[in-house]
Amino acid sequence: MTGLAAAASTTSLGEAVQFWILGTVAVIGALCTILMKRAVHSALSLAGTMIVLAVFYLANGAYFLGVVQIVVYTGAIMMLFLFVVMLVGVTAADSLKETLKGQRWLAAGLGLGFGILLIAGIGNASLRHFDGLGQANAGGNVQGLAALIFTKYVFAFEATGALLITAAVGAMVLTHRERTERATSQRERSQARVRAGKQVPPLPAPGVYARHNAVDIPGLLPDGTPSELTVNPTLRARGQIRDVSGEALTGVKELERRSEDWLERDSGPRSSSAAPGPAAPKEEAKK
Amino acid sequence: MNPVNYLYLAALLFTIGAAGVLIRRNAIVVFMCIELMLNACNLAFVVFARMHGNLDGQIIAFFTMVVAAAEVVVGLAIIVSIFRTRHTASVDDASLMKL
Repeated sequence: MTGLAAAASTTSLGEAVQFWILGTVAVIGALCTILMKRAVHSALSLAGTMIVLAVFYLANGAYFLGVVQIVVYTGAIMMLFLFVVMLVGVTAADSLKETLKGQRWLAAGLGLGFGILLIAGIGNASLRHFDGLGQANAGGNVQGLAALIFTKYVFAFEATGALLITAAVGAMVLTHRERTERATSQRERSQARVRAGKQVPPLPAPGVYARHNAVDIPGLLPDGTPSELTVNPTLRARGQIRDVSGEALTGVKELERRSEDWLERDSGPRSSSAAPGPAAPKEEAKK
Repeated sequence: MNPVNYLYLAALLFTIGAAGVLIRRNAIVVFMCIELMLNACNLAFVVFARMHGNLDGQIIAFFTMVVAAAEVVVGLAIIVSIFRTRHTASVDDASLMKL
């Protein structure tokens, strides 16, 4: 299909259909990459675009590059991106405050102008015919690439090796943090804790006894109020604390109401006569 | 369909990536837009290889991929170290060479 004719000017219908469908997907993915507010969504859109590009490589006779695109780009690079997004914080959305006035519109206008120039340039070039890779791929795509890499481009290939080693060392140097002071030992930390005298025993555990044991539920103090100290500081900072201190009271109230229904007692006079009624659930919570 | 349509697609993707670099201010998203531009160039190289009937374009695209992998490693390390010192990934806040 690609290279049977020496100089064809049109591809098969199947490839045209594939191009228009997947090309739309690629452009939508690219637009989502720059328009999504959260970095995770951008990364996933970009991964979709890269998979579509891999299919295009395969359609253009670049079988090796198509597989490398999936393995290296979508497999390694995008996962590295997602890893860093998780490290930096998923919720870190772009700030909407404009530092330069009208920067967004100016940038969009510049992009539009640039795109028009680029596409007009391609339109002006005379690219009516194409040769196809039938002859070049005759001995196999990988074999053809290997023959070129290890003869004509061997010096570039070796420079690539040096570049990769430099990049690996550079990444290690950049992310390495030199310890400026000695790490405190467990004994020293415990001694400091005793000296400070603020919280000598371990922090109280989260959860409400026999009801909830999730880490985001604060334990209750004797008077039924939730204790902030029992929840992890990270959850506290994010505001992801589930307060269930009210649940016990409503549960007890519901139980009382149902038991009175079941015993067919009239709760009317009791609730009106019993002045310590509201205090009773509090007694329950104290236990 | 003429394969030149692939070139138009590559130009469009490159333009979207360039606009993203200018518009977005989250350093990670800016980096993703750079990757998008590199990928668009790769697509153009692969299509040129098919048009000319030799594999040189594919070799260039292969080298681009290797360089992009190295660039991503170093770039993300820089972003992580900036985030460590400044607690933000916005390119606006990284306005000084030193903290």
